Amino acid sequence: MADERVLLQIKGVSKQYPGVRALKDVSFTINRGEVHAVVGENGAGKTTLMKILSGVETMTTGELILDDTPIRLSGIKDAIDLGINLISQELNIALDMMVYENIFIGSEISSNGVLNRREMRDFAQRLLDSLGATFDAETYAGDLSIAEQQQVEIARALRYDSRILIMDEPTASLSERETEKLFDVIRGLRVRGITVIFISHRLKEVLEIADAVTVLRDGTYVGTMRGDEIQEQQIVRWMIGREREDYYPDTSTIYSETEDYFVVRQMGDNEEVFDVSFSVKKGEILGITGLVGAGRTELINLVFGILPRQSGEVYLEGKRLIINEPVDAIRQGIGYVPENRRDYGLFLELSCAHNIVMNVADREPVSRHRILNLRKLDEVAWNAVRARNIQTPDIDREVMYLSGGNQQKVLLARWLEARPKVLILDEPTRGIDVGAKSEIYQLIADLAAQGVTIILISSELPEVIGLAQRILVMREGRIVAELTQREQFDQELILAYASGIKTPDYSFEYMEGR
Amino acid sequence: MAVSEAPRKAWIKRVTRNFGILPILLIFFAVFWILTPNFRSFNNMMNIFRATSINLVIATGMTMVILTGGIDLSVGAIAALTAVVALKVSLTSTYFLAVPAALLTGMVAGLINGTLVAYVGLPPFIATLGAMTYLRGAAFLLCNGVSIINSNLSFAWIGNDYLGPFPWLMVIALVVVVIASWVLRKTVYGMRVYAVGGNLQAARYTGIKVKNMLLSVYVISGFCSALGGVMIASRLYSANGLIGEGYELDAIAAAIIGGTSFAGGKGTIIGTLFGGLIMGILNNGLTILGVSYYSQQVVRGIVIIAAVTIDILRNTLWKK
Repeated sequence: MADERVLLQIKGVSKQYPGVRALKDVSFTINRGEVHAVVGENGAGKTTLMKILSGVETMTTGELILDDTPIRLSGIKDAIDLGINLISQELNIALDMMVYENIFIGSEISSNGVLNRREMRDFAQRLLDSLGATFDAETYAGDLSIAEQQQVEIARALRYDSRILIMDEPTASLSERETEKLFDVIRGLRVRGITVIFISHRLKEVLEIADAVTVLRDGTYVGTMRGDEIQEQQIVRWMIGREREDYYPDTSTIYSETEDYFVVRQMGDNEEVFDVSFSVKKGEILGITGLVGAGRTELINLVFGILPRQSGEVYLEGKRLIINEPVDAIRQGIGYVPENRRDYGLFLELSCAHNIVMNVADREPVSRHRILNLRKLDEVAWNAVRARNIQTPDIDREVMYLSGGNQQKVLLARWLEARPKVLILDEPTRGIDVGAKSEIYQLIADLAAQGVTIILISSELPEVIGLAQRILVMREGRIVAELTQREQFDQELILAYASGIKTPDYSFEYMEGR
Repeated sequence: MAVSEAPRKAWIKRVTRNFGILPILLIFFAVFWILTPNFRSFNNMMNIFRATSINLVIATGMTMVILTGGIDLSVGAIAALTAVVALKVSLTSTYFLAVPAALLTGMVAGLINGTLVAYVGLPPFIATLGAMTYLRGAAFLLCNGVSIINSNLSFAWIGNDYLGPFPWLMVIALVVVVIASWVLRKTVYGMRVYAVGGNLQAARYTGIKVKNMLLSVYVISGFCSALGGVMIASRLYSANGLIGEGYELDAIAAAIIGGTSFAGGKGTIIGTLFGGLIMGILNNGLTILGVSYYSQQVVRGIVIIAAVTIDILRNTLWKK
C-alpha cells in the first residue's frame, strides 16, 4: 500500500504509565503537507501522542513509519534530525535573549567557537519575514506578545528544516486576532509543503484550518475525517461519545430576585478600569465579556482586593463591604475562581484534599481551634470529589497529575466548600474539554438555582450567551453595553459593542447615573 | 471500593514521603555498626544525638523557611548573638532572664528578617545574608571580641544534665521536632505554610495572609536559632562571636538531605530529623574510625549531593 500521499503512519501505538493506559493501540496516517488537527477531551491522550511523535516520550508498543521507513525516536534529538519539531504549550523562549539568539539556541552559527552574530541575525530575519512577522530579529523575546513568541518558535523549527511541525494547543493563550495571524502562518507553511499537526480545544478553529481531523477518546482512536467529510456535529459526537444536546443548561427559568444583591460602584484604578458600576441580583447569572485587554479580569481583581483601587465601593445585601485584601472578600461571602488556574488557583504539589479544603481549613469541621481534624478533612475532600465528579485515584494525589478539566473541578470544589454568596468565575472553561465543560455549565446553573449569585467572565461568546441571564460588555476599561433581553444575546451585536463599532446605548447611561 | 483502598494507598504515600530517606540512614548506621565496635554503645548513641541536637533544632526552623520557598542564612549568626546575650544576662542579678532574653533576641532578629522579606520584598537570600553579617558583628561587639565565661551558669543543666538516661539536649531537640512536625501536619497554619511555598499567588487569591505567613516562619527560625544558641552556650559555659559559624550550611544540608524541596511547598520535619541524623552518624562514625577532619569534609559533601541525587532518581523512577 504505497500511497504517495502518506507521510507518517502511526501503527498500534500504546503508552502505559503506572496504573494508567494513556494510549491504546492508536493507528492512523498523516498525509504529506496537510494540516492535521488532533482533537479529543482532556485525558484523551492527545498530548501523549504528540510527545511520542516528537521524541519527548517513548511509546510502550507500536510503530511509526515515516516515508515507508520505520523510525525509532529515543529522544527529541532523533525527531529533530528527522525533521519533526514540537512546539509545546508552554513556549521554550528565553525572554531575556534576542529573537535571533532564541532561534539559534543549540545550533549557533560560529567559526572556531566564535559566534557569527550577523549571519545568525540575517538568517533569522529572513525566516521571520517569510512567516510574515512584523518584528525585528534584534528584539528581546520578552517584549513580544505570545503570538509573536510562537512565530519565533516556528522560525526555530524551520531553521532545522522541519518537515513536520507539531503544535500542542497553539491557540490556547491567543486572542482571536492573534489566532487568525497564526492561521495565516500555518497556511503559509502548508504552501511550503510542511505538514502541521496540531491540538486544539476550539472546534471552530479546527473547522477553519484543518485538512484532516483525528479524534481520540480515552486514549483510543475514534476516527479521522478529511476534507469535505469534516463535520462539527460528528466531531463532537466522536469526542464525547454522545449527542451534543443539553450542552448548555437552560438558565432562563432560574428565578432571580428583583432587588439588587451585589453592587459595585465606580470601581476603577484609572489605568485599566474606569469608574465601572454594575449590580447583580440574588441567584442571577451575570455575564461580563469583552475583547482581550478590555479590563474584565482587572475589574474583578479590583473588586476582590487584589489590585489597589483608586475608587470604588462594593455592597452586598445592602451593606457596604470593606475589602482591602482577598481574605476580606472571602470572609464576607465572595468567591473568585481566577482565570489562570495554574498560576493563581491551584497548589500543584499539594494533594487534591488539601487543595479542596484550603478555603475552609480554618472552619469546622475541617479544623477546631486551628487544629486540623485529618479524618474530617479527608471526609470533606472525598465528598467533594464525588459530588463534583473529579477523576482521581485518591485524594492524596497531587493536583499536578490530574487533567485540566479535573484540575478546574478541584478549584471549583474548593470555592464551593466556602459556600460563597457571590461566585465570580473568570474563564472557567478555558483549556478544558467538552465533557468537563458541560459539567461545569450544569454546576453553574445549579448554583444559581440554589440562590448563589454568579458573575461569569468569559471571552467565549457562546458560553456567555448560553449561560448568562444578563450580559455586560466591556471595552477599554468601561462597560459599554448592558444586554438584558435574551433576544439581544447575539454574537455579532456583542462583538460590535466590544470592538467599538457600536457605541454605548441608553441602558449604559442609565446605569452610570444610578 | 475506591474508598476502602484509598486510605491504605494514602498511608503508603505518607510513609514514603516522611521516611523516604530512612533507608540511607539505616545503611550508614549498619555500616558503622559492623565496622566499629565503639560505635555500638548506648553512650555513643547518646553522643550522636547530643552532637546532632543543636543542628536539629536550627534545621527545624530552617525547614519551615525553606518550605515557604525562602532561606535563612542568618541562623548561625543568630545563635552566636543569642548565646552572647544569654551569657551576658546570666552574669547580672537577673540571671534567670538569660534564656528568655536570648529567645526574645532571636525572635526579634527573625522579625527583622521576615519584615524585610515579606513587607519590603527583599529576596530571602539577600535579607538573611545581610543579617548573617550584621548579627555576627553585633555578637562580637557585645562580647568585645572575647569569650564571656560563666562557670556558674544557671542554665548549664540544658547542655550537661540528663532526663533519666537521655541528655536534655536530645530531649529538647526531639520535643522541637515533634512540635514542629505536629504543627505542619495537623494545624491550619502548617497547611498554609505548604500552600504559600507551593504557590504564593494562589495562596493570596485563596485568602491566606501571605505576608504574615512569610513573616512568621522567619520568627520561628529566629526562635529555633536562639534555642540553638542557648544550647551551645549551656554546653560550653561560655559564648563568643565565633559560635555557630557554618551552622546555616549544616541546617540547610539536613533539610535538603531530608527531602525538603528548595523551591518550597514540599518536605517534612521528620525528613529533616533523618537528614540531621545522617550527618550526625557520619561525623561520629568517621571520627571513631579515625578519618581525618579534612577527609570527613569531603565525605560529607559527597553525601549531601548523593542523598539528593538518590531522592531525585527515586522520584523519577516512582513516576514512571
